[in-house]
Amino acid sequence: MASKVIHAIYNDDDLLLQAVKQIREARYHIGEIYTPMPVHGLDKAMGLAPTRLAITSFMYGVVGLIVATAMMDFIMIEDWPQDIGGKPSFSYIENMPAFVPIMFELTVFFAAHLMVITFYMRSKLWPFKKAENPDVRTTDDMFLMEVDVANHNVDELTKFLYNTGAAEIKLIDNK
Amino acid sequence: MYTLSSKLKLTAIIFMIVGAIGIVIGFLQAPSNLDDVREMMAAEEHHGETALEKEGEDDNFAYAEHSLLLDDEAGRNAESKEDAAAEQGHDTEHLEHKFHQLQNKPWAAVYVAAFFFFMISLGVLAFYAVQYASQAGWSPVLFRVMEAITAYIVPGGIIMFVLLVLSSMHLNHLFVWMDPEVVATDEIIRNKTAYLNIPFFLIRAAIFLAGWFIFRHFLVRNSRRLDQATDNYYFKKNFKLAAGFLVFFIVTESIMSWDWIMSLDPHWFSTLFGWYVFSSMFVSGITVIALVTIYLKSRDHLPFVNNSHIHDLAKFMFGISIFWTYLWFSQFMLIWYSNIPEEVVYFISRIENYSLPFFGMVVLNFVFPLLVLMNSDYKRVNWFVVMTGVIILVGHYLDVFTMVMPSTVGESWFIGIPEISAVLFFGGLFTFVVFNALTKAPLLAKRNPYIKESEHFHY
Repeated sequence: MASKVIHAIYNDDDLLLQAVKQIREARYHIGEIYTPMPVHGLDKAMGLAPTRLAITSFMYGVVGLIVATAMMDFIMIEDWPQDIGGKPSFSYIENMPAFVPIMFELTVFFAAHLMVITFYMRSKLWPFKKAENPDVRTTDDMFLMEVDVANHNVDELTKFLYNTGAAEIKLIDNK
Repeated sequence: MYTLSSKLKLTAIIFMIVGAIGIVIGFLQAPSNLDDVREMMAAEEHHGETALEKEGEDDNFAYAEHSLLLDDEAGRNAESKEDAAAEQGHDTEHLEHKFHQLQNKPWAAVYVAAFFFFMISLGVLAFYAVQYASQAGWSPVLFRVMEAITAYIVPGGIIMFVLLVLSSMHLNHLFVWMDPEVVATDEIIRNKTAYLNIPFFLIRAAIFLAGWFIFRHFLVRNSRRLDQATDNYYFKKNFKLAAGFLVFFIVTESIMSWDWIMSLDPHWFSTLFGWYVFSSMFVSGITVIALVTIYLKSRDHLPFVNNSHIHDLAKFMFGISIFWTYLWFSQFMLIWYSNIPEEVVYFISRIENYSLPFFGMVVLNFVFPLLVLMNSDYKRVNWFVVMTGVIILVGHYLDVFTMVMPSTVGESWFIGIPEISAVLFFGGLFTFVVFNALTKAPLLAKRNPYIKESEHFHY
């Protein structure tokens, strides 16, 4: 069975936020919203779950710290404990101040880069990815909301969306 | 208008009285002559090895090594006679050393606590000026709290000045360079007398304190007048005044830290010391703003403060704590790495005799705020902020403690009656002055151009 969605286009973000609230109150289901720029408070209005990206970043940072510590402990203390300019290489803690800059940088490096890669993977972004853009104007000045028709009456839904201030309404057949 | 609750007033007064009694006990406990020290050390000897014995061992070792090198009978005999004579001289020298340390103890305890509470209000004044100069939109609802905390700058500053004058009158040995006998035999200090001499030192202190008092007075007066004004004249005036203060502050604060803290070790110097002391006062100041705000809010005096304001203060506590650690580590690591003897003694004396407070404060001031205040949700939970705030304040007390104590009382340190009493006394005074100042003006600044934005601040 082919599912149908309605594309409602708005030309103002305040109108869009209002519409999102009304549509959610009326218990229609919003699929996606395409906007040219971040709309403050849109995720809250849509009821999206908060991101856990910061938590992953913290864990990556801990990994980076462990990598740095293990690496330098092995190289400088365990494997070849040379006397380099009188620095004490008998144990890790004795020579630790010299390792701190590297420990810090690797923590930041791991936290930043792995988090960015996680972001790309979770949002499915890569160089030759085909753009998923239902309407080119949404990257410039239009806001597009995709509402699932499901088993609602199309005319009623159209009318409802029209009343929320949509500038354009299109019925799309997903085959 | 806020009215000072009688309970709080009573608590502050009890703190002051208990603290004052403790300070007096501290002064009475300090030895008044060398015999007292000898008795004290004899009493200590029963508990185990004393520093005196240890040093004696070192001498024996040095002597043995020396005689091995000499390896000639006559020389050795002569040396051992000399040694016996020298040991007696050494003994009294050591006693005198210990005597000065123990005499300094109550003074240093008062000095640390007085400086700690003074630097909090100075840090708040700097933060207040930053808010004006940067035209921050979130903070104007907290201005009256900040103004009240800076009220302590006047009594606290006067107490600091009195302490410096008392040191200059040779009532204590906090500043070695003030002792003419020391200066006569110490070429390094003698070469610094153009800067480190008592009249110039006191004049500098007076200028700094007067400057801070005056800037504080006009900033607060303009802020009060703005409430009754019909235009933004006083706001613009305060903006310029705050910018001027920040320039004056960063120069004077830096010199103040050389004078009041670094000159306790006149043989040592560090270029980032002014910044280091600044970061310490800034973070403790912000922490106290957060604590006072949370207290007043819990008593329903600040209905216009929401948890986003607390969140912002907690972010500052978190960020400046890390800034402090950055400076602490930069200072430590550069000196540790190059290990130049004349600089590294500063840290050797701290690591050997003060290892727990010295490294403990890094845990309190860095690890704890880092882990607790990293989570965005925790920064909005009052008791998390209060708990971390208390830890940060304890940590920065220890910070001042490890800056002052090693050069004044050396290995004779202990956090006992004089130290705790001094904190109680100045804590009580600080609470009394701050909360008394809060009653002087409505808790919401009225006509600040950013006050509406601040009331609706949401993060």
